[in-house]
Amino acid sequence: MNNYNDKVVRQFAVMAVVWGIVGMLVGVLIASQLYWPALNFDIPWLTYGRLRPLHTNAVIFAFGGSALFATSLYTVQRTCHVRLLSDKLAAFVFWGWQLIIVAAAITLPLGYTQAKEYAELEWPIDIAIAIVWVAYAVLFFGTIAKRTVKHIYVANWFYGAYIITIALLHIVNNLSIPTGWFTSYSIYSGSVDAMVQWWYGHNAVGFFLTTAFLGMMYYFVPKQAGRPIYSYRLSIVHFWALIAVYMWAGPHHLQYTALPDWAQSLGMVFSLILLAPSWGGAINGILTLSGVWYKLRTDPILKFLIVSLSFYMMSTFEGPMMSIKTVNSLSHYTDWTIGHVHSGALGWVAMISIGSIYAMLPRLLGQPQMYSVKLIDTHFWMHTIGVVLYIAAMWIAGVMQGLMWRATDPDNGTLVYTFVEALNATKPYYLFRVGGGLIVLGGMLVMAWNVFKTYQLARGGIAAQAVLPPDAADARA
Amino acid sequence: MMTSGWTWYVVVLVVLNIAGCLWLLLANVKRRPGDPAPEDTSHVWDGDITEYNKPLPRWWINLFYITIVFSIGYLLWYGVGRLPGYGHWSSRSEWAQDKAAEDARLAEALKPYAGKPIDALAKEPGAVAIGRTLFGEHCAACHGSTGMGAKGFPNLTDEVWYWGGSPDNILETILKGRNAVMPAWGPTLTAQGGALAVDDVVAHVQALSRPGQPEDAAAQRGKALFDTLCVACHGPEGKGNTMLGARDLTTARWLYGGSKAALHQTIADGRNGVMPAWEPVLGETRARLVGAYVWTLSKHDAAPAKEAVP
Repeated sequence: MNNYNDKVVRQFAVMAVVWGIVGMLVGVLIASQLYWPALNFDIPWLTYGRLRPLHTNAVIFAFGGSALFATSLYTVQRTCHVRLLSDKLAAFVFWGWQLIIVAAAITLPLGYTQAKEYAELEWPIDIAIAIVWVAYAVLFFGTIAKRTVKHIYVANWFYGAYIITIALLHIVNNLSIPTGWFTSYSIYSGSVDAMVQWWYGHNAVGFFLTTAFLGMMYYFVPKQAGRPIYSYRLSIVHFWALIAVYMWAGPHHLQYTALPDWAQSLGMVFSLILLAPSWGGAINGILTLSGVWYKLRTDPILKFLIVSLSFYMMSTFEGPMMSIKTVNSLSHYTDWTIGHVHSGALGWVAMISIGSIYAMLPRLLGQPQMYSVKLIDTHFWMHTIGVVLYIAAMWIAGVMQGLMWRATDPDNGTLVYTFVEALNATKPYYLFRVGGGLIVLGGMLVMAWNVFKTYQLARGGIAAQAVLPPDAADARA
Repeated sequence: MMTSGWTWYVVVLVVLNIAGCLWLLLANVKRRPGDPAPEDTSHVWDGDITEYNKPLPRWWINLFYITIVFSIGYLLWYGVGRLPGYGHWSSRSEWAQDKAAEDARLAEALKPYAGKPIDALAKEPGAVAIGRTLFGEHCAACHGSTGMGAKGFPNLTDEVWYWGGSPDNILETILKGRNAVMPAWGPTLTAQGGALAVDDVVAHVQALSRPGQPEDAAAQRGKALFDTLCVACHGPEGKGNTMLGARDLTTARWLYGGSKAALHQTIADGRNGVMPAWEPVLGETRARLVGAYVWTLSKHDAAPAKEAVP
C-alpha cells in the first residue's frame, strides 16, 4: 500500500471540531454560572466545581488533543514521505483516545476526581491514557524510523518532544495508591505534591499546548504561505532552549506559597529565560511570511495562522512577566490568570488548530478548498473579536481584583475593600466574558457547518493519496 | 532544610542548564564554514516545504543574553537551596518585618478607639469605616453584606436582639460568641400530649405572635403544654429571655421561618445557633469597631437607653 493513511487524520480532525464545540459550550455554561449562579439548577453534576474540570479537560485534551493527533499524523507522513507504521495501531489510538474522552465526560460530572488540576481523571483512566499514549509514540516514532528522506523535518522534532515529555509528565504526576475503582491517593504529600503537580501542570502548557502546536505551526505556516521557513538555525536554537528551560518553570504557579524560596526563585528566573526561546518560534513563523504579506488580504487561513502567532507572542511575554514575584503578588488568584490562559488557549492554540484544520481538510477530501472561504473569514473575525472581548474583560477584572484586595487605608493600614465588594465590582466583566465566549462558540458552529458542507462535496468518494517520493537529493539510501 | 548534597545537585543542574543555553546561543550566532548560506534551501519536504538559514535576529540574541545575565544575578542575590544569596533575603524574614511594621501601624491606628463603648464609637466616622470593612471580611458570610441576616443568622438591622441590645450586650456577643440551644421537644411533647402535641404547640406559638386574636382549640391544648415545658426559657407570656438567647415569641420575626412546617421542625427537632467568639481573631478593639458598625445598622428603640460617654 503506497498511500498515506488519511482515515485516522480525518477522524481526528472531525472530532477536534466536535470536541471543540462541546468543550467551549461547557465553558460558556460555567462562565454563565458565575454570572447567574442559578444556572446549575441545583443538580450536582451541573455544578461549577464538576464542570470546570470537564471544560479544561475537554478543550485541552479532547479538542487540542484531537487536533494534535490529526495534524501530527498528517505531518509525519507528508514530511517523512511514508505511510504510517501501522493502520491497526492508528485505529487503536483513535478509538482509545475517544473512549478516554467519553470516560472523562462521564466521571468528572459524577464527581470522581484526583483533585489535581488538568490531571483530575482517576487512576483507571490514567492507565488507559498511558497505554494509548505509548501506542501513539510507537506509531509516530515508528513512522519516523521508516522515513524515506534523510532529514527529519523540524515540525517532527516538536511533535516528538511533546510525545516523549507528555508520557513522562503524565506518569510521574499521576503516581498514586488506589483505594477503590474510583478513589486513590497521590504518593506525594504536602508541598512536594504541589511541586510535582505544577511541574506537570506547567509542562502540560509547555509541551502539550506550546511545543506540539509549534510543530503544527512549522508545517502549516510555510505550506500555506508557500515560503521557506525563515531560519533553520533559529529553529535549532529555540527548540533546544525551549524544551530544556520549560521543565524548570513550574514553581511560578506556587509563588508566595509553602514552596521553599529558592524553588520559587528558580521558577521565576527560568520563566524569564524562557521568553527568548518562546519568541524564537513565533518570529520564525512570522518572518516566514516575508515577501508574501499581501496574501493575508485574501487568505483567511493564513490570517488564522499569523494572528495565532501574535497571540502566542503576547501570552509568552505575559507569562514570564506574571512569573516575576512582584507582578505575581498582584496577579495571583485573580482573573488575570484566567485571561492569560485564554489568550494562550483561544488565541494561540485554538487559532492555529482551526487554521490548520481548514488548510488540511480540503486536501484530505480531495477538494481544492473548503466549501466556503467566506465562512472561514467570518469565523476568523468572530473568533478574534470573541477572544479579545474575553481576555480584555479578564485583564480588567483581574487587575482590579488584585488592586482592591491589597488596597489599604494610608492612614491606618486597614483594608479598604471587603472581598464581596471586589466580587461585586467583577460582576459586569463576567458578563462580557460570557459574551466573548458565546461569539467564539458561534464561530465554532460556523466551522462545523463549513466542515459538514465540505464533506458533502466529497460525497462521491475520497481517493487515497499516493505517497510522494522524496527529492532524489534528499532520499534515504 | 535540605542537605548540602541536594543543594549542590540543584546548583549543578541549574548551572549546566544556563550554561547550555549560553553555549547553544554562542555556537549559532555566527556562521561556521560549511553551513548553508542564508538564502539556501537545500532540503525539500512534501514537495514544496523548504528552509532558509537566515541569521538569528540581533535583538533576539540580545534579549536572550539579558534574561540570562539577569537570572544569574538574581540567583546570586537570592540564593539556591542551603546557599544563602548575597542579599541574605528570605520570605520569612521579609514577612516578619512587614508584619511587625503593619502591627505597629495598626496598634497606632486603633489606639484612639480602645476601651470606648460601641455606641460612642458609632458616632465616629473613622471607627465606623474600619468596622464596616471588618464586618464585610468576617461577618458578612453569615449575616449578609447588608447585615440583614439569613435563615438561622439574625438580622442585625432590626430591633430584635436575642442576647440583649445594649452596647455591652452586643460587644459581649461579638467578643465571646453565643450558643443558642433550642432542645428537640418532639419526643417529650408527644409523650405528654399525644401525636398532635407538636402541632398544638405550633398553633399556640403562632397565636402568641398575633396578640389579641382568639385561640382555637388546638392552640389552647398547645398552651397547656407550653406552660409546662417552654415557659422555663420563653417565659409565661412568651416574651423570651435574653440571658439564655430565648427569643421573644410575641413578635412575628422568625429566625428559622414562621411557617407551620418550619415551626414544627424547630420545636420537634430543636435548633442550635452558634455565633463564634471573635476576640481571638480580631482582638478587643477591632471587635468594638465591628460593634460600632453594627450599632449604626440597627434600631435601638427597644434597647435600654444608655448615655454615650465621649
